[in-house]
Amino acid sequence: MKPVNQKAWFLILPVVLCVAFSAVLPLMTVVNYSVQDIISPERRVFVGTDWFKSVMRDDDLQGALLRQIGFSLAVLLIEIPLGIALALAMPARGWKASAVLVIVAISLLIPWNVVGTIWQIFGRTDIGLLGAAVHALGFDYDYTGNPTHAWLTVLVMDVWHWTPLVALLCYAGLRAIPDAYYQAASIDGATKFAVFRYIQLPKLRGVLMIAVLLRFMDSFMIYTEPFVLTGGGPGNSTTFLSQYLTQKAVGQFDLGPAAAFSLIYFLIILLLCFVLYNWMQRVGRGADAAQEG
Amino acid sequence: MDDRRFKKRTLLLIAYLLFAILPVYWMLLMSFKTNEEILSTFSLWPREFTWEHYRTIFTDESWYSGYVNSMIYVAINTVISLLVALPAAYAFSRYTFLGDKHVFFWLLTNRMTPPAVFLLPFFQLYTTLGLMDTHIAVAMAHLLFNVPLAVWILEGFMSGIPREIDETAYIDGYSFPRFFVTIFIPLIKAGVGVAAFFCFMFSWVELLMARTLTSVNAKPIVAVMTRTVSAAGMDWGVLAAAGVLTIVPGAIVIWFVRNYIAKGFAMGRV
Repeated sequence: MKPVNQKAWFLILPVVLCVAFSAVLPLMTVVNYSVQDIISPERRVFVGTDWFKSVMRDDDLQGALLRQIGFSLAVLLIEIPLGIALALAMPARGWKASAVLVIVAISLLIPWNVVGTIWQIFGRTDIGLLGAAVHALGFDYDYTGNPTHAWLTVLVMDVWHWTPLVALLCYAGLRAIPDAYYQAASIDGATKFAVFRYIQLPKLRGVLMIAVLLRFMDSFMIYTEPFVLTGGGPGNSTTFLSQYLTQKAVGQFDLGPAAAFSLIYFLIILLLCFVLYNWMQRVGRGADAAQEG
Repeated sequence: MDDRRFKKRTLLLIAYLLFAILPVYWMLLMSFKTNEEILSTFSLWPREFTWEHYRTIFTDESWYSGYVNSMIYVAINTVISLLVALPAAYAFSRYTFLGDKHVFFWLLTNRMTPPAVFLLPFFQLYTTLGLMDTHIAVAMAHLLFNVPLAVWILEGFMSGIPREIDETAYIDGYSFPRFFVTIFIPLIKAGVGVAAFFCFMFSWVELLMARTLTSVNAKPIVAVMTRTVSAAGMDWGVLAAAGVLTIVPGAIVIWFVRNYIAKGFAMGRV
């Protein structure tokens, strides 16, 4: 076990101060807004939990929430396995490893608004490669008019954009496994799958936890890319939570309801991450116990 | 090694690389086409090859200063994030103390706040402090999501280093700062490389906060790019050229940290 040492607080103090400054102060401001009706900067009325009540009853919000959960689940189900598979397939050393790393990482480095813009052109059937290709295959593809196509396009874009994050993390994790493990496995005559299941996967647990939580949070907060690509349409089909929030906060200058919405939004993410975090820790501990037993 | 399996993996990799590179190729292509050609014809190679869009960026000060501004605040942010995250990650990986698990999870929660939530409070906060439109403001704002991430990644790497190494160093008479800088950090070089890359990346591509907190002097490239949407329509070519150029610094960074990632954190976890 780790030794108890209260002085360790001094080591984390800088982090706590930094984050408190840039997180707690603004969060308090948001809480402050959420209980007031702000008519002008000088005129404010305390309204208690009214905004929270009205936000909770908002049908549009519930629709956006459901779409959001569906989208985030789809993102996790595709990107995590694909990322692991990629990490396993990437060459371990030599110039090929370097080249593949750089190519894989490129999509992460493009500013999000550019990502949206590129896919906007890329997906058009008249002038874009993706659109033209899908069209040539005989699909009547139109991401600006068909809600399903729009949703799928946003999903594919997200897979393109963020799978590298999972792949890079897993790749770093895989490289950490000492050769001795593989030698032992080959002496035992373990199959490829057994090596993956009993050596690689348990060793990847730490980075996978980071990858799953990061992808979950970030997909839950996705804003810029669908905003640029589809503008939330057609209809509401790709209006996710943060876009709905921004419409409220910026579009209508409803600070109070927008703040209440923000807090509810934050609490939803917090709750889901908490469940996910604890569940993964439990699964991890169970696996450890099974290995030792 | 099982041969058929190996081929399947390579095939998957090649297919993915193709999928990854095609949109980037399209962007590169757009940056060399005239705007009329981008919007009117489908072509796999520009008919009229033009450097015009790049010329626009390199001759217009508001464009290239965008790159400089972005690099300044990203650098400040990455350095601060790593400096504060290193000792904290060490504390989390080595000691038990009052509220450690809670603080750790609280840090993570900051990564979960939708940036849109904080726009207005940040605007007010930095206006009050007189830091609006400075590189520091953006760098500080980005700490919100980069510090938790850095602590998180570094903690994972540090937990892989056996504690015996620390104890041996103390017995040998190393003081804590000397041990940390000369022995411990070299051991987790890989982790520092990965964390630095992720801090760089997330700060480099973030748009909402960077745009809200700057107006002229510190305007980042991502915000300058939104300018290409004007009354005369979208300047697709310049946007694509700017996009291509935004990849370059990141590609250089990943080239430098690639060895750290590839070597992994092979030291510990035995």
